[in-house]
Amino acid sequence: MYGNAYIDPNEKANAMIAGEDPIKLAEFEARIARGEKIEPKDWMPKEYRKQLIRMIEQHGHSEIIGALPEGTWITRAPGFKRKLALMAKVQDEVGHAQLLYSAAETLGKSREDMINDLITGKSKYSNVFNYPAYTWADACIIAWLIDAGAIINQVANAKGSYGPYCRALDRICTEESFHLKYGHDNVVTLATGTPTQRKMVQEALTRWWPPIMHFFGPSDKISSHTEILMRWKVKMASNDDMRQQFLNMYVPKIWDLGLVIPDANLKKNEETGKWDYTEPDWDEFKRVINGGGPCNAERLAVRRMAEEKGRWVRAALLRKDEKYVTPLA
Amino acid sequence: MEHIKELLYKMADDLLVIGHRNSEWTGLGPILEEDIAFSSMAQDKIGHSQALFQILHQLGEPEPDTNAFMREAKQFHNAQFLELQNDDYDFSTIRHFLFDHADQLRFDNLANSSYEPLAKVARKIKGELKYHVFHADIWLNKLGNGNEESHARMQTALNNAWNYALGMFEKGDYEEQLIADTIFEGEQSLQNRWLAVITPIIEKANLKIPAEKDWEPVLGGRKGYHTENLDQLVNEMSEVFRIEPGVEW
Repeated sequence: MYGNAYIDPNEKANAMIAGEDPIKLAEFEARIARGEKIEPKDWMPKEYRKQLIRMIEQHGHSEIIGALPEGTWITRAPGFKRKLALMAKVQDEVGHAQLLYSAAETLGKSREDMINDLITGKSKYSNVFNYPAYTWADACIIAWLIDAGAIINQVANAKGSYGPYCRALDRICTEESFHLKYGHDNVVTLATGTPTQRKMVQEALTRWWPPIMHFFGPSDKISSHTEILMRWKVKMASNDDMRQQFLNMYVPKIWDLGLVIPDANLKKNEETGKWDYTEPDWDEFKRVINGGGPCNAERLAVRRMAEEKGRWVRAALLRKDEKYVTPLA
Repeated sequence: MEHIKELLYKMADDLLVIGHRNSEWTGLGPILEEDIAFSSMAQDKIGHSQALFQILHQLGEPEPDTNAFMREAKQFHNAQFLELQNDDYDFSTIRHFLFDHADQLRFDNLANSSYEPLAKVARKIKGELKYHVFHADIWLNKLGNGNEESHARMQTALNNAWNYALGMFEKGDYEEQLIADTIFEGEQSLQNRWLAVITPIIEKANLKIPAEKDWEPVLGGRKGYHTENLDQLVNEMSEVFRIEPGVEW
């Protein structure tokens, strides 16, 4: 599961293509315009490679960090059915990280370097995982609504231009659609359950609504930088469009369950056909992305501890005569 | 039927507890592939446990969720070996190796049990255990023969695990009856077969089984005596279920 990669809107567009061979660049853009996929050994602009590495890597990190808040509920899941299903779900998420790191490796950055950049804080992951899952109901809301948001994002990105990433996303989306059903089933059970269960799920929804609204990122600043990324099919849909799509698909389902969304201004605007909502607190979003969220330090500390504790195992596996091979993604 | 229940309870609890411990590796393994592997095995173990609790239910015991999630630690019959913390990957791998070989041999034997409901489940389960043992053998070998540190760690973990592992073969009150009714071969026979299978694999991994004079099986688990680790595990496992027992979650 994953939100949108955070792209710095202040980056200069002309710097993106500076120094590139204009003929090769034109051929490259023509291939993308024809709907062809770019493969690892094909020519590509430096900036295309850089942006994709950043994006796929962030996506991979989000999967393994995302396994933490849900993973803590595996050992508490109520009953065999839920325990088995949650284990399988979180296992899928870790498997997605494996697929994504392999896709990013085809662009020339090793998994080890990516994980190092994650634990030193150099590279980001989806902001949503910097919030805690206080109760079982939080884990249920995450499995339903965060995964729902992730699917919207990933289905869009699966139509992008880089072959290995698209193929990884196709597989990921198939699995995510099961997660969505799992999450929905959990939320329905709680919302139609006892008063205690209803209270739990309502409180979880109230807690998670702001991070859900943040999930797709702030409105895109219309810049030539964004235009190039869209022309290269690195960025496939605007953040606002994806947020609207999410609201359209899930607000009615949430209301059907009799749950209250904590935004009095949320309603479908009959004239525009779009959803009106209270603008999310983007200062909070930036504060959290830059390390100030309730769980940033804890998430990275856990990941760092896992890396430290596993170092001797990885060292024992190293063989001097083995060569690094580019994975086939 | 008390003899069959005794056998089923200790197996179901072993599997529930080790499945729970295996699942704790999710998100924290030394490499992603091992997160995934331990999670797969955890799912199998919990599933096997559920199948055994289902047979118990057919014998008049509470339904599986209530049975697994509502008992106190002192009502569990698992060997203490399985409730110990995962600790590091060395101990987890050693426990995985020692337990899974015993588990596979046990289900192999039970596939021919005269108690057909158990034999039927065992025939299905033993096919899955082939892969658990395969995984354990590979990692024992890789880390035992890895480098100096991994070798030393694995030997220490084996030494620490050994007497607890012997506790897996603690006899129950109905041992003789189970053997006489050809329901189960008995713990002594199982332990002998287990030693014969694991000894050459341990040697190949360049590790040494502790000297026989130091063998002191850690007993009591089968009779409800446990370490505080099990209290913690059971409290955590049932935390949500006990908010409102008996309702659908």
